[in-house]
Amino acid sequence: MTNATQEWPLFEIFIRGQHGLSHRHVGSLHAPDAEMAIKNARDVYTRRNEGVSIWVVQASDIAASSPEEKGSLYEPANDKVYRHPTFFDIPDEVGAM
Amino acid sequence: MSDHLFEYLCRMGDNTLVLGHRVSEWCGHAPVLEEDIALANTALDLIGQTTLWLDLAGEVEGAGRNADKLAFHRDVWDFRNLLLVEQPNGDFGQTMMRQFLFDAWHLLQLKALMGSSNAQVAAIAEKSSKEVTYHLERATDTVIGLGDGTEESHNRMQAALDKLWPYVGEMFVSDDVDAAMFDAGIAPDPASLRPAYDALLDDVFAAATLVRPQDDFGHKGGKSGKRHSEHLGHMLAQMQWLQRAYPDATW
Amino acid sequence: MYAQMIKSTGEGVKSLDEMDPQERAFQERINAGGKIEPKDWMPDGYRKNLIRQIGQHAHSEIVGQLPEGNWITRAPTLERKAILLAKVQDEAGHGLYLYCAAETLGVTRDQLTRDLLSGKMKYSSIFNYPTLTWADMGAVGWLVDGAAIMNQVPLQRTSYGPYARAMVRICKEESFHQRQGYDIMMKMAKGTEAQKKMAQDALNRFWGPALMMFGPSDENSVHSAQSMAWKIKMNSNDELRQKFVDECVPQAEYLGLTVPDPELKWNEERGHYDFTQPDWDEFFDVLRGNGPCNTERLEARNKAWDDGAWVRDGLMAHAAKKRAAKLAAE
Repeated sequence: MTNATQEWPLFEIFIRGQHGLSHRHVGSLHAPDAEMAIKNARDVYTRRNEGVSIWVVQASDIAASSPEEKGSLYEPANDKVYRHPTFFDIPDEVGAM
Repeated sequence: MSDHLFEYLCRMGDNTLVLGHRVSEWCGHAPVLEEDIALANTALDLIGQTTLWLDLAGEVEGAGRNADKLAFHRDVWDFRNLLLVEQPNGDFGQTMMRQFLFDAWHLLQLKALMGSSNAQVAAIAEKSSKEVTYHLERATDTVIGLGDGTEESHNRMQAALDKLWPYVGEMFVSDDVDAAMFDAGIAPDPASLRPAYDALLDDVFAAATLVRPQDDFGHKGGKSGKRHSEHLGHMLAQMQWLQRAYPDATW
Repeated sequence: MYAQMIKSTGEGVKSLDEMDPQERAFQERINAGGKIEPKDWMPDGYRKNLIRQIGQHAHSEIVGQLPEGNWITRAPTLERKAILLAKVQDEAGHGLYLYCAAETLGVTRDQLTRDLLSGKMKYSSIFNYPTLTWADMGAVGWLVDGAAIMNQVPLQRTSYGPYARAMVRICKEESFHQRQGYDIMMKMAKGTEAQKKMAQDALNRFWGPALMMFGPSDENSVHSAQSMAWKIKMNSNDELRQKFVDECVPQAEYLGLTVPDPELKWNEERGHYDFTQPDWDEFFDVLRGNGPCNTERLEARNKAWDDGAWVRDGLMAHAAKKRAAKLAAE
């Protein structure tokens, strides 16, 4: 059993599908660099025609919110229920809106 | 004419059949999971192309043979693939060098075939060329990456190139079949692809810090079927075994 | 199932009242169906168990490539070859997704790989059995993937987010695997005498090992209770095994094949089939390394890893050179 000197870094993979939705995180993989990560992503994550555009970013470059901040980041939005369409009752007679 | 076309279609289909088989041998044994998956994609593309070429060959022949019949019930002398593709996998470097040398030719060939006077040939070429464009990209990156990697990877890639180089020449040799295809506007003159091939190889080898062998000697006998290497028979013994052992079965 | 070899920690499941506030909040979140994400606080035992379980699951996928990979070059038609290759490739992909899920818990893929190659970490016992005829490709798809799906579908709701998401993707991709196996079995069972014989022989050899995939009875296992409280195990081994038998028996009948269990009988009262337990002595032998193919499987994985070292290093060295050249140019 030989140990490679250094493991290929981990990349996070984002793919935009056929239907015009934004790039979505689909998973991760290892690659020597970003160019190869894109190629690997094509082979690993689009085996069933899932995507038309691929973004890759080295996992260590991602800045993430910490769980402790969850309250301050997301709870203020909880009482702004008027931002959601279901807040408004529209009579059935009006039709689809 | 239809004999020549049949022969030509077998050449295309046998190349992808034999190389697809070789590449599929890697499944579960590649250096890293990402490469394992990528190699399987290449093999799957090639197997798919085989079905298209050999089904068309069977249709042209008109003797009731389909792709499976041609793939599993012909012997070594009937195969029309290049000697290059039947060479054993060797190490990963040799496999990727073989892939690169083939893909570079394959893509030029398919691009030319997209303008074929035969609409079915043009359609298969069009579909295949999209897949092969990616095969070539990936093989190119790998050849450059390993050629210009560590001392060991460089040495292995140079050894692979030296070993496989004598199988390159056969791709550009012309015979009666090629001449008939060219005259009918079905396929390009093989020699006409060489300048673009050489230009690509020069660029890639420069980036890969690899030296192209001086001697341009080329083995022949694969695409004519006159003299395959010993390797093909062993491959067929494995590939065709079930069909041969149980000829009355359907699978 | 993929935790079939995980030893008990020996500690009972704590009640909410016994937990400190942090652990209690964690457990309450799980009880409420919430997900635990990589950066969230989690008990050490949860992390350790998950690493082992996901790691073993990942190892099972890539070692599982080998028995089926054994037939790719002998597949009888171009279509069968393509299907089998695509399936075995999917297993590599599933291994990859699972390793990535394990990596979010703070272990590297290389470390997990080294633990597999040294024999420190295990993989599912089923992959230590040989595939001897083409019918085995049918039996493996039908029975082994069938058993795997039974385990994996509920794991889509497991408490650890990255594991659950990997499972969703895996289940989606795996839906064709069992069907392709059964499709092979149908062709074989309705084929020539020789094919029928192969099909029955494959069922005979894989029935017991497939039942073992769920692991020994864990009704009274402290460890299982903890894993279930953490929702990293969703059903008991016996429950899944029973479900598997109940599903397989009519499928075998349709094929005209005989399940190799003379005691197999529908139990009206229970609403389930009664069946004979597999040979658990054999199971423990396989776990100890004495299965028919343990040595070959580990040798093959070690060889791929060792032979590939120069490739991984070479591509990495090239990437470093490219980065250096880019920096110098800036």
